[in-house]
Amino acid sequence: MWLTRPFNERATLTFLGVLLAAMILVTLLHVAVPQGHPLHVNAYTVNLFGKYLSYALLAVAVDLVWGYLGILSLGHGAFFALGGYAMGMYLMRQIGDRGVYGHPELPDFMVFLNWDSLPWYWAGFDMAWFAFLMVLLVPGALALVFGFLAFRSRVTGVYLSIITQALTFALMLAFFRNEMGFGGSDGLTDFREILGFNLRSNEARLGLFLASGVALAVGYVLCRAIVGSKLGRVCVATRDAEARTRFLGYRVERFQLFVFVVSAMLAGLAGALYVPQVGIINPSEFSPLFSIEIVLWVALGGRATLYGAVIGAILVNYAKTVFTGVMPDAWLFALGAMFVLVTVFLPKGVAGLLAYRIKRRRRPDDDGATGKEVSA
Amino acid sequence: MRSLLFLWLLVLLVMPLTVHAQTSANDEAAIELLEALDVDSFPAKGEAIEAIVASDHERARYWLQSLLDGRLQRADDGRFVVVLDNTGRDWPVEDALTGEALGEMSRRDLDRISINNALRNQLRSAIAVVDLYSPDLELRRASAERLLGEVDAELAEPLEALIAEEGDRRVSRRLAQALAIHRLEQGEVEAVAELQGSLHPRVRVALARAASGAFDSRAVTGDDPVVADAAQAALVSIEQNLRLNRMAETLYFGLSLGSVLVLAAIGLAITFGVMGVINMAHGELIMLGAYTTWMMQQLLPGQPGLALVLSVPAGFLVAALAGIAIERGVIQFLKGRPLETLLATFGISLILQQLVRTVISPQNRTVVSPEWMSGSIAINDALSLTLNRMVVIAFALAVFAALLLIMRRTRLGLEVRAVTQNRAMARSMGIRATRVDILTFALGSGVAGLAGVALSQLTNVGPNLGQSYIIDSFMVVVFGGVGNLWGTLVAGLSLGVINQILEPWAGAVLAKIIVLVFIILFIQKRPRGLFPQKGRAAEG
Repeated sequence: MWLTRPFNERATLTFLGVLLAAMILVTLLHVAVPQGHPLHVNAYTVNLFGKYLSYALLAVAVDLVWGYLGILSLGHGAFFALGGYAMGMYLMRQIGDRGVYGHPELPDFMVFLNWDSLPWYWAGFDMAWFAFLMVLLVPGALALVFGFLAFRSRVTGVYLSIITQALTFALMLAFFRNEMGFGGSDGLTDFREILGFNLRSNEARLGLFLASGVALAVGYVLCRAIVGSKLGRVCVATRDAEARTRFLGYRVERFQLFVFVVSAMLAGLAGALYVPQVGIINPSEFSPLFSIEIVLWVALGGRATLYGAVIGAILVNYAKTVFTGVMPDAWLFALGAMFVLVTVFLPKGVAGLLAYRIKRRRRPDDDGATGKEVSA
Repeated sequence: MRSLLFLWLLVLLVMPLTVHAQTSANDEAAIELLEALDVDSFPAKGEAIEAIVASDHERARYWLQSLLDGRLQRADDGRFVVVLDNTGRDWPVEDALTGEALGEMSRRDLDRISINNALRNQLRSAIAVVDLYSPDLELRRASAERLLGEVDAELAEPLEALIAEEGDRRVSRRLAQALAIHRLEQGEVEAVAELQGSLHPRVRVALARAASGAFDSRAVTGDDPVVADAAQAALVSIEQNLRLNRMAETLYFGLSLGSVLVLAAIGLAITFGVMGVINMAHGELIMLGAYTTWMMQQLLPGQPGLALVLSVPAGFLVAALAGIAIERGVIQFLKGRPLETLLATFGISLILQQLVRTVISPQNRTVVSPEWMSGSIAINDALSLTLNRMVVIAFALAVFAALLLIMRRTRLGLEVRAVTQNRAMARSMGIRATRVDILTFALGSGVAGLAGVALSQLTNVGPNLGQSYIIDSFMVVVFGGVGNLWGTLVAGLSLGVINQILEPWAGAVLAKIIVLVFIILFIQKRPRGLFPQKGRAAEG
């Protein structure tokens, strides 16, 4: 069964083990160790880790299309943000009449804009199951339409990258407009509770952290399963020689579309987990810079390994937290330098470095469990 | 009052406009004129103003203007003075008769000659009338402009004579229109013929009021709706004309926006289109060009024109050198890996942006436009073309022509095309491919610098300048067809025009979104752009 195959791979098991251990460790240090103890992990840090994990899931989604399909998407931030907005709309509806204007149904910004009823596309978002479904369906639908158009006319390589960037740019401009009904440049914020839990409570934060961890684990296994299946092999073949794969009789665009949609849904899920943890979603998540930053996480961690994407996302975001705290001006320098150095000197990323060292240690019987090598 | 004006007019008709016979010798007469102003009754002041106008004293306009501004005052010692600056306790003044500076006077020693609103109106039209007789053409034009819709019965008669007298066609036409508005207000149908075809807003206001029947009640010819009908007909044809002019204006703005896009994209058309190198730092090279212009102006303060002219080669050089550094430092190691090139150059763009923010300032800088670029050419009352946009359009076309020549007619162009088509073959024919790479990239980058120089004349110069153009530039290149300079030109100009056409009814942001979506859909239909490469140049 293709879905259980990943559990036979050593790399997957190692990854899941490490992730599980980290989640248990953080939970224990947060709950069991008393406050004030040097080993205590406070709620802020738990929140931060939760944010990193949702970013890691996003990076895995990008690695799935970039690493295994050769599609460099510079617009995955759009799917992430759409998932985030779907979640934000649910959280907005949960505020109820506790907003500044105290309107029983309308969010504050709509009252402010003198709207008298909810736009049709806000209907249903007061129900959790509907909102959570939309978290997957909205990014998936966009990816389906966009991917269908793009892959059918065989837009690939750099062109596809630029078009995806234009896509997220256009969406950013659109969401900046107040008339869109998504809060304009301020976005959605001031959330109160999720599924009945107060968002500012420690329990909710820990819960969201654990949920992010579980989502990452599920996403990872799903991607591994796809990559390890026959379908995944066709994807890798498409990446390395699209024309040849087509001549062999495969409908390349269908494989591309399927994987692209799955990836977009994972990105949407990541966004939905991210939003309640940071407490705001605004159009800046659509900015091309953010989308391209995601690509850097993957490039730094190592393409086409999946676990590399996770490492990269956590490393870069940790560095970002540190840098922006200590000297905010230097962050863009560091980010820019990372782009250049990684692409020129570290084409296989940190994961490539790790794999290289492991390979050197046990040379003869390497079974390639660490993943496929990228040839391009 | 009317007779006075008429008399004075006669006097003027007798002597040539440019010669003022009266001299400042008759100071006593002047003092008398001013004395007449210093009375309590406002009607008396009005007559005094008439007298000043009729005197045709060389300082008459100066007095009237000072009086209007409340700066004509009388000192305790009886002299008339003009206050130059009425802030603070002591005011600097000058003699109203001679214009000689009298130092400062305490404001308690000064007595303002007060006026009321009726006098203010009288003063304004009096000044306009005085200006009409001025030898200075600009003054006459401005004054004729001001009279539009302000003519009353008193002015109508002298105006008629003035129109016949006036040498400048623009002034006389304007005056005729001013007079016609007055006649229209009196209900004369013939006046409509004169106003027909004028695009001036005040003419339209007058016609619209006439069309609504506002003047029929006091019509001389009785209360027939002829005036309203004629005005309505004139208005309709004016509206039609106006629509044409608005379209021309939209086209002009579109072309100017398009030429900016062409300038920004054409460098990209060379590095991306011809060399196949994705340079995400292209926008920052544009920014460097713009900052070079700013820097040049800092180096040559007070000479914005010279600075701008020098910025053209300087901007090209700075950006070209930066381009060479990028090519040698990064891109050459990433040959054949376009996606990695994209990422690395994006990193460079971040570094360049932050560099400018740290070294210069995160704030926007303003680049001054030289005098020969500010202002506009008025085609008619509704359409005037700003000069800076005109210059930018011309500049874009010149750069395009130069690039086309380089690519088609020079050895470098030949070598570039050879290397692009078949690198190995070109090298075996003795072309130094690496050198060609460097030169091509330098050329493309330099053109980006030129785009920056041009952009600095249209917008503020800031660290984010390049970022806002990079996506648009790629869109233009992709839309036009990669590797095709003509395609870039057509695509840039048409995208600019489309954007401007959409903007009025969709708003700027929505227009941009529509254009982006349009391009995304267009790529579906024609993945290789408007003008795809054919034959050997196209990739196999």
